Amino acid sequence: MALIRITSPHAHRPGNTGSVMLTVLMATLPGLAAMTFFFGWGTLIQVLWGSLLAIALEALSVKLRRRPVSFYLTDYSALVTAVLLGLALPPFAPWWVMAVGISVAIIIAKQLYGGMGSNPFNPAMVAYALLLVSFPIQMTSWTAPFVMLGDGWSVLSLGETLSAIFATPSTAVDAHTMATPLDIMRHRGGFTTEEMWVNDALLANGIGAWHAVSAAYFMGGVFLLYKKIFTWHAPVAMLTSLTVLSTLFFLLMPDQYPDPFFHLTTGATMLGAFFIATDPVTSATSNKGKLWFGIGIGILVFVIRTWGNYPDAVAFAVLLMNLCAPFIDQYTQPRSYGHAKPNRGMK
Amino acid sequence: MKNTIRVHQFHGGIHPPENKKQSTGAPISLAPIPSRIVLPLQQHIGLPADPVVRVGQRVLKGQLVAEAIGRISANIHASISGTVVAIEPHPVPHMSGMKADCLIIESDGKDEWIEHQGLADYTKLPTQALIEYIRQSGIAGMGGAGFPTDVKLHLGDDHIVNTLIINAAECEPYITADDMLMRERADEIMGGIEIIAHLLKPLHIMVGIEDNKPQAIRALHAAMDNSALNLDIVITPTKYPSGGEKQLIKLLTGVEVPSGSIPADVGIVCQNVGTTSAIYRAVTHGEPLISRIITVTGQAAAHKQNYEVRLGTPLADLLNHSAVERQQLQRLIIGGPMMGITVTDEQIPVIKTTNCLIAGSIKEMPPQPPAQACIRCGMCEQVCPAELLPQQLYWFAKGKEFDKARHHNLFDCIECGACSYVCPSNIPLVQYYRFAKAEIRKEDDEQRKADHARQRFEARLARLERDKIEKEERRKQRAIDAAAAQAAKKDAALNQAPTASVSAAPEAGTPDLKQLKSNAAIARTKLKKAEKALNNAQDKGLDGIDTLKETLKQLQLKSAQAEKAYSDAQNAPAKAAAPVLDLKQLKSNAAIARTKLKKAEKQLANATASGEGDISALTAQVSLLQDKNIAAEKAYKAAESGPSNAAAAPIDTTELEADIAALQAKVDKATSAWQAAVASASPAADKMAAGVEKLTTKLKGLQDELSQARAALPASSATVDTTELEADIAALQGKVDKANSAWQAAVASASPAADKMAAGVEKLTTKLKGLQDELSQARAALPASSTTVDTTELEADIAALQGKVDKANGAWQAAVASASPAADKMAAGVEKLTTKLKGLQDELTQAKSRSEAAMPAAAPATAAPDLKALKQQVSIMRTKLKKAEKQLTELPEGADNAALMAEIDSLKARHDAAKALWDAAEADKIAAAAAQGVDLKQLKIDAAMARAAVTKAERALSKAEDDQPALEAELVTIRAQADKLNATLERFSD
Ligand code: SF4
Ligand code: SF4
Repeated sequence: MALIRITSPHAHRPGNTGSVMLTVLMATLPGLAAMTFFFGWGTLIQVLWGSLLAIALEALSVKLRRRPVSFYLTDYSALVTAVLLGLALPPFAPWWVMAVGISVAIIIAKQLYGGMGSNPFNPAMVAYALLLVSFPIQMTSWTAPFVMLGDGWSVLSLGETLSAIFATPSTAVDAHTMATPLDIMRHRGGFTTEEMWVNDALLANGIGAWHAVSAAYFMGGVFLLYKKIFTWHAPVAMLTSLTVLSTLFFLLMPDQYPDPFFHLTTGATMLGAFFIATDPVTSATSNKGKLWFGIGIGILVFVIRTWGNYPDAVAFAVLLMNLCAPFIDQYTQPRSYGHAKPNRGMK
Repeated sequence: MKNTIRVHQFHGGIHPPENKKQSTGAPISLAPIPSRIVLPLQQHIGLPADPVVRVGQRVLKGQLVAEAIGRISANIHASISGTVVAIEPHPVPHMSGMKADCLIIESDGKDEWIEHQGLADYTKLPTQALIEYIRQSGIAGMGGAGFPTDVKLHLGDDHIVNTLIINAAECEPYITADDMLMRERADEIMGGIEIIAHLLKPLHIMVGIEDNKPQAIRALHAAMDNSALNLDIVITPTKYPSGGEKQLIKLLTGVEVPSGSIPADVGIVCQNVGTTSAIYRAVTHGEPLISRIITVTGQAAAHKQNYEVRLGTPLADLLNHSAVERQQLQRLIIGGPMMGITVTDEQIPVIKTTNCLIAGSIKEMPPQPPAQACIRCGMCEQVCPAELLPQQLYWFAKGKEFDKARHHNLFDCIECGACSYVCPSNIPLVQYYRFAKAEIRKEDDEQRKADHARQRFEARLARLERDKIEKEERRKQRAIDAAAAQAAKKDAALNQAPTASVSAAPEAGTPDLKQLKSNAAIARTKLKKAEKALNNAQDKGLDGIDTLKETLKQLQLKSAQAEKAYSDAQNAPAKAAAPVLDLKQLKSNAAIARTKLKKAEKQLANATASGEGDISALTAQVSLLQDKNIAAEKAYKAAESGPSNAAAAPIDTTELEADIAALQAKVDKATSAWQAAVASASPAADKMAAGVEKLTTKLKGLQDELSQARAALPASSATVDTTELEADIAALQGKVDKANSAWQAAVASASPAADKMAAGVEKLTTKLKGLQDELSQARAALPASSTTVDTTELEADIAALQGKVDKANGAWQAAVASASPAADKMAAGVEKLTTKLKGLQDELTQAKSRSEAAMPAAAPATAAPDLKALKQQVSIMRTKLKKAEKQLTELPEGADNAALMAEIDSLKARHDAAKALWDAAEADKIAAAAAQGVDLKQLKIDAAMARAAVTKAERALSKAEDDQPALEAELVTIRAQADKLNATLERFSD
């Protein structure tokens, strides 16, 4: 056999980018299961529909860019984007919402920037933010969790859900949609938080569904940490800063501000902390940088939720911090071996 | 076994599969003695060793075959006995698969040792001697780097070594050479450590070893118990790359070696266990380093084990001995899988740093899948032992943003490969870092060179600035002195001329008379002309009548004086001895001068025809050469017509001179070719510069020879010496000027060749200086009579130089006025010229005072050459003026030509002044001649003809402002005029 000339190292740890992404997909399963369990078939359908679209669009754009299609499809990054967007959309969002969202995510936010690894913004969050701004009605009509309905497991059967998403929205769906807890908190008029907890049926009875979903995401995140897919820095920093801020305000004015637990367990907090803020491509580079990146997201989430106009803030917070990541990188180089201080700035 | 010492941590690290068990099953065995060894001259860091054996020589095992050169280098010894069959390039272990010089020895099968014995008690030896002893044995770090060990042992001299660390970590997968060495030869290792400790006297000795080598640890402990050494065996967790020097230091001491420093800077010295064993064997047995332990492993090898292998053994021998299945062998790695290099040639030899040979199968080391995009997952960052950001470094290297890569501490990367190992995208990261490092080093190298050139240039400017101030002071002083001297001299000449000519020394008599005759004639012509001018002016009522009258009066006086001087001289005994001159010499002089002239003319014609090159410079050169030619011919004729009892010079010098002339021609040709190349920014310029230099050196050598030959000659021929030298100097001067101006042009246009040209100019200047020195020496050795000639030449030189200075000054001022960046540089140029001018003026003053002091009687003789000098000066001035005017016409529309105009004005003024001076001198002569009553009519005609020629030339000159051909016409005219004057002079000598 002819001898070959290759530079070192000659050993490589097994695995590739595709296996990293598959691990991430696996970690979303508990969350997906919880969503389906509490809110019906909608989320599962969204995820599948999104994945289908994502693969098709990714294949198309890779082909247009004249790259080997299967090589790029098997990094599974498009799937991760689709699953994350599917988890974030309201379960009964019409099919075209997902279609618009995936097109934006895959084509504009990712491929136009040069494909995986070159996109400055998290594609799923770009799509989510765009949809939220463009279709506020569809994006804020959430399903009531079954726990509140008392008539069995799911609001709608699989067939009803499918037709609700792909045909015209049925009245059945309309009857079961409602705001999310964050929405309710935001638009509670003159009531105090205390009064809301007592008066609002959702908050009084249905909040458990959101807690459970958050717990599922948390589990997935811990799994990824264990697998060393990412480091603890960004999620811990994000959750800590959010907790600290919300605790501070809650302690000062318990009437006005929800408690920290509410912040941590509703909305996309956990999804954001473990699946969005940890997106390696768009976050800061060094461990120190990831800390700052996470802290920034936590603060922005609280600020936007409390004083902003949108029901949830994770998407905007992440996008804003994506914008800051290169800047953070400049000031958070690690101290290298044999150096007294880390280098700062860019030359 | 427990550590008594706290083990620290280093960042990152990986746990690749160890694959060590395969090769530790069998003990170390001796590899068969190779039938042929290949010893690369460089097996270590530093300079390659220098062979000390010849091809065909028989050498013994352990014999020194190549010697260390310089401090960082290592000896190389034969590892078998046999015959040196070749010293030639051969493939060596290198990443690039390159070839390098190797000594190839064919075995005689006897394996015969050279006589050797160890030191009975090394502790008795002075430290230096012991280190030298170790150096002799050629030991270089055997862990992989190959740094000469003796250099590290010297570290105790200027560093305080508190900690000696013995590196037994052996963290790379597959390799077990150190492990097996420790298991089997722990005593040798201890002995080696004792020797190193004796030399370095550390406070603390630690052996760092990974916990995956329990048997080795046990063996070391056992050996330690037998030793008086107090050391700590520190067991570290298995993690790659804990055997990296910096990582091991961090592990054992918690100290980080500062970036850019060596461990000794923080009081630590590291040695590999293999090295300690080699030191032990060298010191106690007197065995130089001729073998080492090598692990042969990999799936393709049937016998995976460690061998003691002779250095220089081709890998093929080892592979065969281990029964490597060639069908399976796909990757042959020297070193470990993380940092080893692949080789494709089995004939590559084992060297001092070869610790492992992996015969990898395709299953074991599958080809790397294609790299995917970096997802910035940061896994590389988590494992980097240097705490870098590999993903950022990758981006920067890929985008060629080397500044940023450097800012991210690229150079702290130890190329351990951990980042590549973990990268999920399979990016060959280390390859990118190697590329970036190489690129940066290259850039740095270029930068350094540029900086060096700049510093040299700045230093030169500063020096010139200093000189300028000093010279300025001196010049002022001299101007005052010279004015006084001039006045004194004039008086003296006037008073002494008549008496001098009467009692003139015989050899000065003949030329005297001629000169006086022509002087007289000229004076009379002048007088006539002045009278006519006066009449004319009076007729037309022009201005300046008073001045004319004054001039006329003076001319009348001068004419009378000249004629009187001539008649006085004629009445005196006219028996004159011919100057003692070497005819042959003179003839060859004349020939050389003619050749040069021809060549210059041809050059000029070429340049004019092709419209390239510096035509005005060439023209100036031609006119200069013409003058010289005439002078040479005249000298020859004069000598020939005189009694030819001149001492014939040995033929030697003539031949030498011919050689020199030929060579000189070559140099000139090469130089001009080079300049053309530089001007057209041709890449061949460098090479040509080298060629020119070589020729010049040769020329210099010949000239030296010549001057030696001449020194051996009778003094009579020495006069010729100076003429030649002067001609050389003039030629060289021309070259210097040309080079200078080319350089300034290059600087002005910011050409990259400027530095090189500056160097060239400097070199030429140096040469010029040397020649000038030679000349002044030659002159010092001459009889006083010939110094008269000296001064003329000197004066001509000075005049030429003065012109140059003025020109440079003008250009400089123009540059300053237009705020050109080249102004500074030009100032320097002006400075240099001025300095030179001062030097020449000094020389002239000295020469004059010498000649006056030596032979006041010969004063009139100096009048004639004086005239020649003046004439030359005038012609130079004219050329200069023409050149300047041509420049002016060539100046682009709208360019700032004020400076040039000023220059032209000043040149005109100077030209007029020179001409006036010349005219005055001529008038003197005519007067003198008239006083002698010689054939005045004839003289008058000659003078008138010459004058007509001059007038014509002047007219041409005035037209030349916009007319190139006119310049040529002018040239022809001047030539004609020169010929005529020559004829006149010859007639005089009849
Ligand atoms: S390990 Fe590879 S893919 Fe991950 S950040 Fe480093 S270079 Fe990029
Ligand atoms: S090769 Fe360089 S960048 Fe990569 S892990 Fe090793 S030291 Fe760090």
